[in-house]
Amino acid sequence: MTPLLSIQDLTVELSARDRTFDAVSDLSFTVARGEVLALVGESGSGKSMTALAIMRLLPEPVARISKGRILFDELDLAAASEASLRSIRGNRIGLIFQEPMTSLNPSMRVGPQVAEALRLHKGLDAAAARRRVEEIFEQVRIPDPKRRFDDYPHQMSGGMRQRVVIALALACDPDVLIADEPTTALDVTTQAQILETFRDLQAAVGAATILITHDLAVVAETADRVAVMYAGRIVEETTTERLFAAPQHPYTHGLLGSIPHIAEAGRATERGRLAEIPGTVPALWALPRGCAFAPRCPRARQRCEDERPPLSDMAPGHRAACWYPMKGAA
Amino acid sequence: MHEVTPARPARRRRGVNVFLWLGVSLLAVFALLALFGEVVAPHDPNAQDLFAMLEPPSAAHLLGTDNVGRDILSRIIVGTRYTLSIALASVLFAGIGGVALGAIAGYFGGVTDRVVTGIIDLLLTVPNIVLAIAIASVAGSSATGLTIAITASFIPPLARLVRGRVIELAQEDFVAASITVGMSHTRILLRHILPNAATVIIIELSLNAGQAVLIGSALGFLGLGVQPPAPEWGTMLGASREYLTMAPHLVIAPGIAISLLVLAFNAFGDGLRDVFDPGSSS
Repeated sequence: MTPLLSIQDLTVELSARDRTFDAVSDLSFTVARGEVLALVGESGSGKSMTALAIMRLLPEPVARISKGRILFDELDLAAASEASLRSIRGNRIGLIFQEPMTSLNPSMRVGPQVAEALRLHKGLDAAAARRRVEEIFEQVRIPDPKRRFDDYPHQMSGGMRQRVVIALALACDPDVLIADEPTTALDVTTQAQILETFRDLQAAVGAATILITHDLAVVAETADRVAVMYAGRIVEETTTERLFAAPQHPYTHGLLGSIPHIAEAGRATERGRLAEIPGTVPALWALPRGCAFAPRCPRARQRCEDERPPLSDMAPGHRAACWYPMKGAA
Repeated sequence: MHEVTPARPARRRRGVNVFLWLGVSLLAVFALLALFGEVVAPHDPNAQDLFAMLEPPSAAHLLGTDNVGRDILSRIIVGTRYTLSIALASVLFAGIGGVALGAIAGYFGGVTDRVVTGIIDLLLTVPNIVLAIAIASVAGSSATGLTIAITASFIPPLARLVRGRVIELAQEDFVAASITVGMSHTRILLRHILPNAATVIIIELSLNAGQAVLIGSALGFLGLGVQPPAPEWGTMLGASREYLTMAPHLVIAPGIAISLLVLAFNAFGDGLRDVFDPGSSS
């Protein structure tokens, strides 16, 4: 599969008052048509910055792309003009926002909000756009789409609104879909339904999808491949199965260890509590010289403090940035 | 008898919006007078009767007559049109100008914002009376000059209000969402930001209309607006100043008319605020 979206050495620089630092450093990954790549990391790991950079929505001049290319269909989005971006956004790249409560215009009915995008990019007239929106509402499983078309956002529940947000992102059949924590703001049962809808539609549309999340359960259910980010860099990248079966980076290992397992609750560990990763994420402007994870890593040695490990192949299709990767099933 | 009333969610009862109804009904009366003044008026507002000068209220002249024997009630009724149209025109133009300036400054920010804010601050330094005098001395006193002077004094505060609201709204997720859908700035501003600022703008404008009546009357009183013999209320006040001790009804009648119209606009504005924004107290 040829990649549809290819990020190469992307670096996002932040300038805050007197200091300048990189929020995302030398990020490279690809996403193919129909594939779901999950970007996983803690707050501040740079995953949302990456999404904003791809959409070219960074709050300039505070944040800017200082290096790298974002290749989409032979066009470098990092250098594209505002006019060409406008014809791509919403039309060929859709973004699903995190907050369904605030990402819809409160003074506009939901149907026309979605129809607006269709009329803008596909040149549909009002009647055709309305029919198409009702179809999409049906697809995202909004009950009674004909009536819901004329609802205002405040007349809908959070889950319904998130379905509208998904409908908005998918309205023009985009080639690339970016979902920034699409279920974080919802309660758990709604989350499951929305994820299911999302997965079905993503498969139907065949969009290359970047799923940004901190929730490994969501990853396990949805993603084909996973890239784990730490302090602005990818530390490990492989298929979802391999990541859960044989994590190579100690950070990934720690993350997986911090998920509660109901099955294990019966034979609880001696302390009866979740494993956690000691320490906190280092400040991006005061990163250690070597591996950023070294201060928290149980396996760190002298070399980790001196030299930053490159992202290198551990096995075919499995990259990790660690001098002393985890052993085990590989 | 088994009559089951289905449980209804207790709807929070709000009292009748007295302000809004007071404002709407007063404004409706004034609007009708402005439209059909000549028909309703018992006398010709400009017909002089030198045998009935400065007459106190009577059956023939309900509000009495002025210094040349014109019927005051008729003059007030016909004069509604001047006051109301000056108020509405200045509010309309101030609305267009203030919203445009404020929206552009707030949305685009940066240099644009600084330039527009500079213009607004400059406008703020000119008192409306000075501007009215300047216009009157150049183009002669007229309703148009009056309207321009009032408009100019309303634009800066409105532009500031709109600018603040637009800056606030531009941070909202749904604005970012409309960018990700690929909309142009104009479209985002007109379709997604300004409609959400509409309530603030409408309330401010209806309160401004009351102000416009007051300023218009004051400038008319000073002889800077509509010229006699046109029955504009402020002008009528100014002309009857000399007869204050002999015939106080000459001053009281237009004074009450002005107060009622101001009250109507203010009550309307406060009522609207209660409707749109129940949290804040008026």
